[in-house]
Amino acid sequence: MPELTLRERSVPGHRGPRLQPLDVPAEGPEKHLPRERLRAGAPGLPEISEPAAVRHFVNLSVLNHHIDRAIYPLGSCTMKYNPKLNDEMAQMHGFAGIHPFQPEELSQGALAVIGELHEWLKAIMGMPAITTQPAAGAQCELTAILMTRAYHAERGDAREEVIVPDSAHGTNPSTAAQVGYRAVTVPSGPDGCVDIDALRRAVSGKTAALMLTNPNTLGIFERQVGEIARIVHDAGALLYLDGANLNALVGLASPGAMGFDFAHINLHKTFSTPHGGGGPGGGVLCVRDELGPYLPAPVLERSGDGYRWNYDRPKSIGRVHSYYGNFGMLVRALCYVKSLGAAGLAEVSREAVLNANYLKSRLAEAYAPSHEGYCMHEFVLSASRQKARGIRALDIAKRILDFGMHAPTTYFPLIVDEALMIEPTETETKQSLDAFAEVLLEIDRESKEDPERVKQAPTKTPVRRLDEARAARKLTLTWRDLEAEGGGG
Amino acid sequence: MLQKIGAPNLEALWEAIPAEFRVRGPLPVDAPLAEYEIARRFAQWAESNADAQHYACFLGAGIYDHFIPAALRSLISRSEYATAYTPYQPEVSQGTLQTIFEYQSMICELTGMEVANASMYDGATACAEAAHLALGATGRRVLLLSHGVHPHYREVVRTYAAAGSFEVREVPLERGATGTARLAQSLTPDVAAFLWAQPNFEGVVEDGRALSDAAHAAGAYSIASADPVALAVLKPPGEDGADVVVGEGQPLGVPMGYGGPLAGFFSIRKSDVRRLPGRLAGVTVDLEGRRGYVLTLQTREQHIRRERATSNICTNQGLMALANAVHMALLGAQGMRDVALQSMEKTHYLARRAAQVPGVSLANGDAPYFREFVLRLPGPASSFLRAAEKRRILAGVPMERFDRSRSQDLLVAVTEKRTREEMDRYVETLAEWARRPAEKPVEEAACRS
Repeated sequence: MPELTLRERSVPGHRGPRLQPLDVPAEGPEKHLPRERLRAGAPGLPEISEPAAVRHFVNLSVLNHHIDRAIYPLGSCTMKYNPKLNDEMAQMHGFAGIHPFQPEELSQGALAVIGELHEWLKAIMGMPAITTQPAAGAQCELTAILMTRAYHAERGDAREEVIVPDSAHGTNPSTAAQVGYRAVTVPSGPDGCVDIDALRRAVSGKTAALMLTNPNTLGIFERQVGEIARIVHDAGALLYLDGANLNALVGLASPGAMGFDFAHINLHKTFSTPHGGGGPGGGVLCVRDELGPYLPAPVLERSGDGYRWNYDRPKSIGRVHSYYGNFGMLVRALCYVKSLGAAGLAEVSREAVLNANYLKSRLAEAYAPSHEGYCMHEFVLSASRQKARGIRALDIAKRILDFGMHAPTTYFPLIVDEALMIEPTETETKQSLDAFAEVLLEIDRESKEDPERVKQAPTKTPVRRLDEARAARKLTLTWRDLEAEGGGG
Repeated sequence: MLQKIGAPNLEALWEAIPAEFRVRGPLPVDAPLAEYEIARRFAQWAESNADAQHYACFLGAGIYDHFIPAALRSLISRSEYATAYTPYQPEVSQGTLQTIFEYQSMICELTGMEVANASMYDGATACAEAAHLALGATGRRVLLLSHGVHPHYREVVRTYAAAGSFEVREVPLERGATGTARLAQSLTPDVAAFLWAQPNFEGVVEDGRALSDAAHAAGAYSIASADPVALAVLKPPGEDGADVVVGEGQPLGVPMGYGGPLAGFFSIRKSDVRRLPGRLAGVTVDLEGRRGYVLTLQTREQHIRRERATSNICTNQGLMALANAVHMALLGAQGMRDVALQSMEKTHYLARRAAQVPGVSLANGDAPYFREFVLRLPGPASSFLRAAEKRRILAGVPMERFDRSRSQDLLVAVTEKRTREEMDRYVETLAEWARRPAEKPVEEAACRS
């Protein structure tokens, strides 16, 4: 039985928490506003008691898979455990109950959190300038490509293209287009890395920037990154690191040393802030000194014993957020790095890489890895062998759900046939990796012995396979749409 | 594990990383701290900030100190919501998907629109994305902005416009509201959309019907940036003809949090659904005919459409949108209206008394306002703010932050949480200060409670 909607649960007159009685004269809205600017009646929101509302949302919540329950190995999403202390710290009134426009002198604790986090992240990235204003990784990309445009414009150098490898995340070409550049794709070579000869041919005086994910979405370190940087820089272009896969590098390798001009960090990936069912993210953009002046204003600066926001940034591209970014995520990220310290940070990537390689070697007997050799923090399998038996990557993903685990990312990167992209992270134990491996090996056996079971999966989840084509054809996007169809479903 | 991998040692696993890119030795950062030591240090930082439990907060300008029910904090802290991700596998994400669907439904009830997405980063980026939608729909190149739109939102829109995709022009306010004569002149045939705010940045309730009609007469989209609390009382912009209604969801159950994380809401008419940025949940059925929810029309999005996507947005503000949904459910139709009405009554109570202080007036005269207004002071607003801070009052946002010529104007917001005692203390402090506005000999308030 599906969970009713709030509208279906509504009972006229029911209500949740009440306010204090009004302690000033009640004059009525007509006294304050012209009648034609007032709403005719109350908005069509639910009428429901607090206990009923709590049950509704609790009953819905338990339909979700989540990282506190079991492995969640979505490639490039870095679903690691989110320490509870971080949330507790961010929820203190002195952080949650402060206003962005209160005076800086009365906000020094908040500014110190941001300032100290900046120092940690600059050290980790090996880069000297930083902003935490972007709300998510994709907005870091937008910020950096806008800065790229400003950088070239200042040199009177109108450039037209941004290069992205064919293994790139969709946000890269989409960002380039949003900033008015043409996205040019370069192919990967047989080793899964950027084809250097193809890159040389693609790079020209028209190239504004190259957006590179390293390790790339195949989980392979672009070992030619030094040469890539030379090619890009010789053409007067800039090199951007999509930091989605930074969990492979923390404490192990330095993006600054690799020659990146920009590098972004997703705090909700590498630095353990909760993914929240699809956000909030936390965007960090680190840049080389020369690009610092273009960062979004304001930037945080030291001032005497404390900090201040500097708004006087004539070359800045301007603001990208209403205030200073996702501050609550910055509190959590600082809590995370301080909990780990120098020693713990170095362990993050070591464990993540070890776990990925272990899982890959356990699965290689049944599934075809996209590439041989060691991987970094994630790897891609192709379900090509299973496809020959009529079982697709999608079927495998759905069957995994029946075992109470989450599926890997599927059909990405686009350059691998029937891709299953797996990132276990460092917070899984060997036991949990083994359990996941056993499930995948079992599904491979089923693909030979009982393929229907895999094709019919999932059967043990709250709902079975959903008709996505119908959802797109017959758009039912609100309660009103649902009522217009007589309840739907 | 190494044996299974077949690696001689751990180091072998990262042999692909050339030596010159390796980090040598530990990072130059501190040693790890235990939980209780972290808690001690973070508490010190937190306590050094002036928070709304220890100060009477009259700050607004897009972020408001509204009531947040305890049940909301409990629900959105649940691991099932907080530690899940984007519902890529809908069969094990029905909780997230149905709450997005309910969020979309409730946003539409407030705005008077037909479709809402699963949220944007914040109110400012929602405005920028709305402009992008209108430019695509009309094929025109100019965005017209009312000066009543939040100054930071206008800055963000200009940042996004710097990509060369569109030009931004502005229409000034007259006595606090968008000047309709200037608006009509500015609505040239190259204008794709007119973006206005309801209520506007100075708290004034605009004539939404007149603004949308003017935009439509010029063939332009009407985009409203609306306050969701106000929409429980005000006529929804959708009913006044707006084509896109966006705004900041923070007042619906999200802590002020020094301005983030926030959640932008984004609502449109069905005819524009294929231009919508971001994620969208819809109803469907499973193999056994049971109702279920999925992300739909994903071919608009970057992970499928890449350089032809409607936006580059990927991660949105899921947990904050959930907070908005839980908030609207808990307060319900009547509770939402109570919050709006109480805020409005209290705002008018304070505004009227403050304006009776000799030398003090309302900057926008008798223009109608909702829960925010601009006070014009007989001296520098910064001086009054310092005097008020000593009485544990955060008395407003100085307009000088946004316009250097307005050093004596103060933007003041009043929510349902402010008490008559706090407002009377405000007026008393203002009266004392106004007698000698150049200085501020106000006695220290009692220690922080």
